[in-house]
Amino acid sequence: MSKSLSQIGLPALGLSALALAIAVTYANRNHGESRIESLETRISQVQAQESSANEQAQAQASRAAELEQKIADVQAAAMERMASADLTTPAPTSDGAFGIGRTALAEEIAAWDVDVLPGGRGLPEGSGDALIGEEVFVKKCASCHGDFAEGVDNWPVLAGGFDTLADEDPVKTVGSYWPHLSTAWDYISRSMPFGEAGTLTADETYAIVAYILYSNDLVDDDFVLSNENFAEVDMYNMNGFVIDDRPELEYEKWRTEPCMKNCKDEVEITMRSVFLVNTPAEGGSESVMNHSSVEGLPTFSSEGPSFIPAATTKPAEETVAKAEPATQNAEETNDNAALIAAGKKAFKKCKACHKIGEGAKNASGPILTDIVGSPAGQVDGFKYSKALKEAAEDGLVWDAAALDAFLTKPKEFIKKTKMSFGGLKKENDRLAIIEYLKTNGE
Amino acid sequence: MTDQTKHSRRAFLKGGAVVAAGSVAGTAAAAQTPDPLITELQDWASYTGVGVDETPYGMPISYESHVVRRNVEWLTASPISSINFTPIHALDGTITPQGCAFERHHSGAIELRKEDYRLMINGLVDRPLVFTYEDLERFPRENHVYFCECAANTGMEWAGAQLNGVQFTHGMIHNMEYTGIPLRTLLQEAGADISSDKWVYVEGADASSNGRSIPMDKALDDVLVAFKANGEALRMEHGYPVRLVVPGWEGNMWVKWLRRIEVVDVAVESREETSKYTDVYEDGTARKWTWEMDAKSVITSPSPQMPIKHGKGPLVISGLAWSGHGQITRVDVSKDGGITWETARLGKQGDTKALTRFYHDINWDGAPMLLQARAMDETGYVQPTKDQLREQRGENSVYHNNCIQTWYVNAEGVAENVEIS
Repeated sequence: MSKSLSQIGLPALGLSALALAIAVTYANRNHGESRIESLETRISQVQAQESSANEQAQAQASRAAELEQKIADVQAAAMERMASADLTTPAPTSDGAFGIGRTALAEEIAAWDVDVLPGGRGLPEGSGDALIGEEVFVKKCASCHGDFAEGVDNWPVLAGGFDTLADEDPVKTVGSYWPHLSTAWDYISRSMPFGEAGTLTADETYAIVAYILYSNDLVDDDFVLSNENFAEVDMYNMNGFVIDDRPELEYEKWRTEPCMKNCKDEVEITMRSVFLVNTPAEGGSESVMNHSSVEGLPTFSSEGPSFIPAATTKPAEETVAKAEPATQNAEETNDNAALIAAGKKAFKKCKACHKIGEGAKNASGPILTDIVGSPAGQVDGFKYSKALKEAAEDGLVWDAAALDAFLTKPKEFIKKTKMSFGGLKKENDRLAIIEYLKTNGE
Repeated sequence: MTDQTKHSRRAFLKGGAVVAAGSVAGTAAAAQTPDPLITELQDWASYTGVGVDETPYGMPISYESHVVRRNVEWLTASPISSINFTPIHALDGTITPQGCAFERHHSGAIELRKEDYRLMINGLVDRPLVFTYEDLERFPRENHVYFCECAANTGMEWAGAQLNGVQFTHGMIHNMEYTGIPLRTLLQEAGADISSDKWVYVEGADASSNGRSIPMDKALDDVLVAFKANGEALRMEHGYPVRLVVPGWEGNMWVKWLRRIEVVDVAVESREETSKYTDVYEDGTARKWTWEMDAKSVITSPSPQMPIKHGKGPLVISGLAWSGHGQITRVDVSKDGGITWETARLGKQGDTKALTRFYHDINWDGAPMLLQARAMDETGYVQPTKDQLREQRGENSVYHNNCIQTWYVNAEGVAENVEIS
């Protein structure tokens, strides 16, 4: 890179010298004084051009030297870092390029270089309004983000949350928190919908972004967002960010010799872990509320703990004992319990979309509380597919047999169900899940 | 249960009883009955074992099957866009085996063959280039050990003691030896504009692409384009075949399945550097570009998942310390919640921006303890208390919680995550 930069000035100098020579020859042939005058003016112009070309060349040369120096500095710093170890040196760089790799073609760059920068630099042509956006959103985004961009379960809320950033639990949405609209376009276009990234057209993306703006009261429903007016949209929190100021606010304070003795008079325990976490053999974890209180725990001073508490039950064991319902001795019950336990495990496959039990809410799939034995399509507030609604009208009841058939191959049992699940091949898994469903997730 | 485990459990119970009966802590207890593990011929000392090639790529022995990554399901909406935790309580030394190193995906871990791998470098460069995996193997490479910590590590704990286990409070970290090409080599190969006001935007080949902007001076300093970890190919979940290593900086910037490097004149302000990985403070303003992971340490044993089982006497207190600003120079340990501190022993001289193991060997008198560790790095920075951090930032930052952690260890040796005055 540096070589090519330092050579840029030379052809320009060659050209101006040639122009000068031609001009002088021309003057000799014509002898007229006025001609000479105009030629002298011309000469001075050419000289001025030459000197500006010279300056430019010098500036470029010194810039090239600067960059060369920077590479050398970076190398030297890398050398220095590794200097302590014998014979270890940083990977060598070449003087210029190794000549590895090939030139990226324009079509390849166009395919991959799709990032959109603040202000909308990099946007493709296109447009869309909030009304169309709503249609696309309901079809492609609402199963996770909710029809009104309010978010389902733990999936991100995209709208609202204004004036909550200073609250105990700030609601960080595109409207309340995101400083740049370009971020929304860029992210939706390349990474959404979840599981089908990169499939939206530019117009669909403009429409979805317009709908999100509308959901956040930033535009009216007839607003048409396009590459041309993109930069005009102001975000609520555009001025809400500061660049990392830990060096001034924190590092200065906390780079200090720490206290070693009598640093406090007394220490008491003010809070115990909210959750105890069991770590089952099959993996994952189970969080259970910790009901132990801080009462009865010792305080600490430089003399040590105020007292040594009498032996107590270990908190983990205590909780497990509490959590387990009284067991009956009958073997049959044990078998059923084993089946339910197996069902609970197998239900992990369903959990991403279906919740069950007290406080469960609809997610990508309806809640499954009391589902066994209930008529199909009856869960409040869930948008069923047309196919399922029709099956429900025909009197489908989710008894064990129907569930078993559905779970075997969902799309065979109800063609066009929107449940995108391949099915459970093993009969035992299906039986176990149905038994587990009967318990409502207890 | 196999016969072998029956044997060892019986022996363990007996052994435990012997220790309990032993009088003075710290001295060898006298055995009252001969140990059958010694006096009786054991199966493994008689029959032959497993032949070579039984497992062409070995897994840990089944007795260690509990030492695994674990997630906390309710933390995220879907395991496809989620996190799990390294079992740091059960590891020692500093290197994290790849198979149990935490995972964080935004659109799931993808299977990308080396043959299908392409890396593009474009933007403000003289020569936009495309490299294959084989191309990358022809550039001079380096080896470095670095920690990778998610910015959200310990993030749950801002609002108080939440999860009872060091795996869950501090397990979004791993530490590996990487083999890779300095990013500056590739920038130079393409003839990039390397002025300090330029940025390097990096993105992955997965559906999330997880794009991040890195200031040019960091890109030129110590960033690696890595293809091996701990001597072998990266695991799928860590970005096979090529990931970015951004020493000392938050894990989100360590783009996996690296597919593109673009030199730009501004930060892209992608989703991962605006809506996420920015830190909201008490008054509602947020800090952005908080890249460095400040000095931090934690005691990994004893801890809630590693209770003291041996009673009074010699006890090894052990833990990890690290800093995104360079080497760990000192770790102090307190047994009384920060009233008194003692300087711990470092397993070995700390590597820059890598995990450092520390040990504090004590004679435990059986009294309850409030165990804490406090790290110092080469800049003289001292790991802050939770109160110091909260006073500075409030409780809503989510990210960059490097507070001093407290374990309450009761007289039975059981440890619990607590907050103290």
